[in-house]
Amino acid sequence: MIEKGRFGQFGGFYVPEVLIPALEDIEAAFLHYKDDPKFVADLDNLYKNYAGRPTPLYYASRFSEYVGFRVYIKREDLLHGGAHKTNNTLGQGLLAKYMGKKKIIAETGAGQHGLATAMAGALFGLETKIFMGAVDVERQSVNVHKMKLCGAEVVPITAGSGTLKDAINDALRYWTSHVEDTFYIFGTVCGPHPFPTIVKHFQSPIGKEAHEQVLKETGSLPDMVVACVGGGSNAMGIFSGFIDDKDVKLIGVEPAGHGLDTGEHAATLVAGTIGIFHGAKSYLLQDKEGQVHETESISAGLDYPAVGPEHCMLKDAGRAEYVSVEDKDVLDTFHLFTKLEGIIPALESTHALTWLVQQKGKFSADTTIIANLSGRGDKDVGIVEEHSPV
Amino acid sequence: MATYKETFASLDRAVLIPFFVIGDPDFDTSLGLVKSAIDAGADVLELGIAFSDPIADGPTIQAADIRAIKSGMTVDRGLEFIKLVTDYKPVPVGLLIYYNLVFQYGTEKFFADFKAAGGSSILIADLSIDDADEVIPAAEKAELETVFMVTPNTRDDRAKIIAEKSTGFIYTVSTLGVTGARSALSDMVKPLIARLKAITDTPVCVGFGISSADQAKQVADAGADGVIIGSKIVKMIENNLGDIAAMTKEISDFIKEVKSAL
Ligand SMILES: Cc1ncc(COP(=O)(O)O)c(C=O)c1O
Repeated sequence: MIEKGRFGQFGGFYVPEVLIPALEDIEAAFLHYKDDPKFVADLDNLYKNYAGRPTPLYYASRFSEYVGFRVYIKREDLLHGGAHKTNNTLGQGLLAKYMGKKKIIAETGAGQHGLATAMAGALFGLETKIFMGAVDVERQSVNVHKMKLCGAEVVPITAGSGTLKDAINDALRYWTSHVEDTFYIFGTVCGPHPFPTIVKHFQSPIGKEAHEQVLKETGSLPDMVVACVGGGSNAMGIFSGFIDDKDVKLIGVEPAGHGLDTGEHAATLVAGTIGIFHGAKSYLLQDKEGQVHETESISAGLDYPAVGPEHCMLKDAGRAEYVSVEDKDVLDTFHLFTKLEGIIPALESTHALTWLVQQKGKFSADTTIIANLSGRGDKDVGIVEEHSPV
Repeated sequence: MATYKETFASLDRAVLIPFFVIGDPDFDTSLGLVKSAIDAGADVLELGIAFSDPIADGPTIQAADIRAIKSGMTVDRGLEFIKLVTDYKPVPVGLLIYYNLVFQYGTEKFFADFKAAGGSSILIADLSIDDADEVIPAAEKAELETVFMVTPNTRDDRAKIIAEKSTGFIYTVSTLGVTGARSALSDMVKPLIARLKAITDTPVCVGFGISSADQAKQVADAGADGVIIGSKIVKMIENNLGDIAAMTKEISDFIKEVKSAL
């Protein structure tokens, strides 16, 4: 490996020997192509004409009026595929193509990364296999159908809690047996190096655009930037545009599930301890022996016991602050926001909006906050209907 | 306690190394199985401590990990188990474990306590040679041997470094894949053994997928110093749950059969 992939004490590449050559190949290809003019031009073209970048920055006037401060929404929900995940799969899919790979695999929780990978598989003509927890297959069935329509095979995983962690376990096992011809498109800023670095790179247009857009729109930088954190890729994408602007507060919102005190949640940075899991050192939800917990969240995309190593570093350095909100409040915000703005947010993204609702009246009226709307909520209407019918 | 060196030197055939998940299906049954494996002719033991997310393991060992955890296995009880095994007979015991369990226990303390239990080496499945410095000082301090993995896709220059840093043996993975019994020997294994033999004198023990006396013999004939058999034996536990006598007999008979083939 050329680089260590460390973010302070976090990160690294803690994987069995068999995966090291594959990670080395991906790292080398990434370092080679990321600034290659042809690769950059190809990717920019796809971002613009296939996926619809730049996504708008929208001033949510009715929601702003409700909370009592100025809220701008970064509209990743409008990206092709319905979530920020497409930024990453176009980048990694193109990299796989440039490397001459014929097959791609991915894990998925909410199905957004699975769908975005299936789209990339169709677009680039790559055979695609998606690993998805059986519970998630059930609760995100719309996305499962879309993946299949794109020609991907969806492999349901029944082990453990049948969620994202189990899907990653089996995707890693499958990759172990197929390292020679298969590219693993990791879905978030977690996992072994080089994935946290690669995924951040391909998600960084979110932050770069938002930075330019907010300056153009308001003439100044925002006071805060808020995003939900599962593995942390949409948050890292938008944070990356503001990280050098020390006066901009960065807030990551994690899923408190049924409540932090119930133990049934997935608020890794808020309630976890340091451990080594899925190839990286990070905060982790685990028992004192180091066995990893099964997690709980209404939002499949946030239902994961680890978190990106760079977020861990930002937390410890005090550069970003991490908070959590509970399922029941997320459901209320889902209805509230949809009624006020006519935008149906993904349950994942709704976590960020929920934190804003909880700050109602706490900030001055001229406070400006950007919230990353990482995805649209079409996939979640069934779950919402079940828990809180209209 | 016999060291690996003494064990390898004392035998003019390949060393037989059965693998068990400690506490599978429960502490007492597991201890009985390991003791009878020693009686049946195991030269060295490879023991695993169960982990919630064993990414290097196939379905058979995953299921064993779940049985062990459900039956109340903990890291402390695992160390207790090893002490009981090495008190029974002085066979070398290699441990297979995932890094997070060691990290939470405290790496230095874990290596020291494992040594105190009579163990010989600790192989961390998800720690590659690139980060060997995180454990080698602890191994040296505890006077434990070191074992690292080589896989068929490990390049020669890297295999050389792995061989240099492994004082006990090289855990040589026969195939590209996770653990699991396989009906045929991977065609990658013989070239891999030859490759390793050309670059190092460190003993080469081959595991992952070896499922029969015949396959074990082929691996030994190809020059391996040891043969590790895991999933095949663990499957015998799974197939005989509820009948300890049958499971013990099937495993002992199998070990005897492999041993006589070597
Ligand atoms: C819309 C949406 N937002 C957020 C996430 C969480 O991932 P991350 O924290 O990597 O952005 C997901 C994951 O599936 C998602 O679908």
